[in-house]
Amino acid sequence: MEMKPLTRLILGLVCLLVAIWLVAPTLVVVPMSFNENKSLAFPPQGFSWQWYQNFATNPEWSTSFLNSLKVASLVAVLATVLGTLAAFGLDRMKARPANLLRMLMLTPMVVPGVVLAIGIYAVYLDAQLVGTLTGFVLAHTILALPFVLIAVSANLEVFDRRLETAAASLGAGALTTFRTVTLPLILPGILSGLLFAFATSFDEIVVSLFITNPYLKTLPVQIFSSITRDADPTVAAVGTILLFATTILIGGGMLLLGRERKGRL
Amino acid sequence: MNPRAENRGAAIDLDTVSKAYGSFKALDGVSLRIEPGEFMTLLGPSGSGKTTTLNVIAGFTDVTSGSLLVGGKSVVGVPAHKRNIGVVFQHYALFPHMTVGRNVAYPLTLRGIKQDERKKRVARALDMVKMGDFAHRYPSELSGGQQQRVALARAIVFDPPLLLMDEPLGALDKKLREWLQLEIKRIHRELGTTFVYVTHDQEEALVLSDRIAVFNRGRIEQVGTGRQLYDEPATLFVGRFIGDSTVLRGEVKSDGTSTALTIAGETVSAPRRLAGEAHPVMLLRPEKVAIRRPGQDAAGTNRLSGTIAEAIYLGSGSKYEVKLGDGSTAIVRSPLAGESFGLGEKVELCFDGADAKLLPDDSTADTTLT
Repeated sequence: MEMKPLTRLILGLVCLLVAIWLVAPTLVVVPMSFNENKSLAFPPQGFSWQWYQNFATNPEWSTSFLNSLKVASLVAVLATVLGTLAAFGLDRMKARPANLLRMLMLTPMVVPGVVLAIGIYAVYLDAQLVGTLTGFVLAHTILALPFVLIAVSANLEVFDRRLETAAASLGAGALTTFRTVTLPLILPGILSGLLFAFATSFDEIVVSLFITNPYLKTLPVQIFSSITRDADPTVAAVGTILLFATTILIGGGMLLLGRERKGRL
Repeated sequence: MNPRAENRGAAIDLDTVSKAYGSFKALDGVSLRIEPGEFMTLLGPSGSGKTTTLNVIAGFTDVTSGSLLVGGKSVVGVPAHKRNIGVVFQHYALFPHMTVGRNVAYPLTLRGIKQDERKKRVARALDMVKMGDFAHRYPSELSGGQQQRVALARAIVFDPPLLLMDEPLGALDKKLREWLQLEIKRIHRELGTTFVYVTHDQEEALVLSDRIAVFNRGRIEQVGTGRQLYDEPATLFVGRFIGDSTVLRGEVKSDGTSTALTIAGETVSAPRRLAGEAHPVMLLRPEKVAIRRPGQDAAGTNRLSGTIAEAIYLGSGSKYEVKLGDGSTAIVRSPLAGESFGLGEKVELCFDGADAKLLPDDSTADTTLT
């Protein structure tokens, strides 16, 4: 259908407004990070790299950043392995119990984070898991698992199981079939699940605030406590770094996937 | 017949094989011997058990009871990936993430064959199906017929003594199907391995097979060459499934040597009788029946009158559907040189009683043929 020029113009303007509205808060952070004064005022005054320097040299910041990386990496691996196995199991089960189990496993997405946090905190106090790496990894895995489950399940749904029968007829046992046929074909789902799991853990704040202690802080916890204590523009510097890192990561991933798909069609 | 065929194919022995899903019997005591190097077609309507039989041989389905020997050895309980049997599926089942070359190399890689040898054999298999120039393409870049040829190459590249094909041409159009039938026949001749082919298309079965096993409701009705099945059907079901046929039903009178059938007041007879208590019907092949205008002189001992219900021009002649007195339909073929008849015209059908095949009536013959 051909659009009238005026309609097209209005549509374009509306889209632009929505786009600005969506990214504006993010873009405010970038200039703030170069502020010369120790203030979170906007617009910022002057220009300096000192907050980036502070992020790199202040052990409070660098340690929490490394903690977050450590936790998120472990969560990504654990949630991806468990989520993929769960997706497989559900895919090969009878429909009715599978749907029930699936709903059960997706509850962490629906239950309010605070409720979950209170529950986890209560258990962790007894189990002495507050402020431990294990505690963080376990808690975040609960939250990340649904994302992996959804991503892998979506891929399994379009996966043609008759290919596994064909592989068997050609001499491949169950494990070889999985490695050479099933896994490569559902890899996009597994990778996007991995990415989601990493991101979920990396910027998780609600549960983390409950189970943190002075000895183990993740980056979001550090950001939160820093901004409630004083107006330190290091927060803005961290935000800017994360913004660019995620943009490159997601953009690169999309480019790779796009190329892969083109190669096959 | 084919010099390379010696000992390259495996024999298959199915002995009273049954497969039940709950109370439904998908296979009900199937026994079948397939000779080494034979082209055996399993023919039947959908749900008749032919694909289940193939799946049992391939190892995709367990048997409930009975024994199955491939190459003289029992394979009951042996998983599919250890049977060394090539399988071609209706839906091609090529791996979409591998090129044609890697698809065909897949079974060789699994068998630990070195790269040089692998390359040679992949090239040979692809040449055999005339897809040698496509090794670097992905399956999604190929047409259905091309994909199926690649799937065939992948199924024969590891020299299995037995190749199973499950309606491999079912998804292709008629012209391509006919051409590929001849290709499959040629490949069977060149390889000399045992082929087991599943189809519901009786013409395809006649073109391809050394022998055909006709399936109905989980049982084998008859096994034989195409000619045997056409000329000497053992059951009414087989007679109706293979080729065109007319079935005459009527009031039966049987004496020691002949059987008479009265249909809407007209009586025809055949010089034989059916053993046992079964209710007999007569099966007639279209080319054994002559069609005449009433009152004309005619050969043959039996006469039935009817009206033309459908006239179909076939190029090589004409085919008529004639409505008989009792409302049933007879099929008659007349040669190009013969007279032609118009719709609604009254005609007389003449045939020799010796050409009529007497068979026990079988209600499943009609219901499964829709």
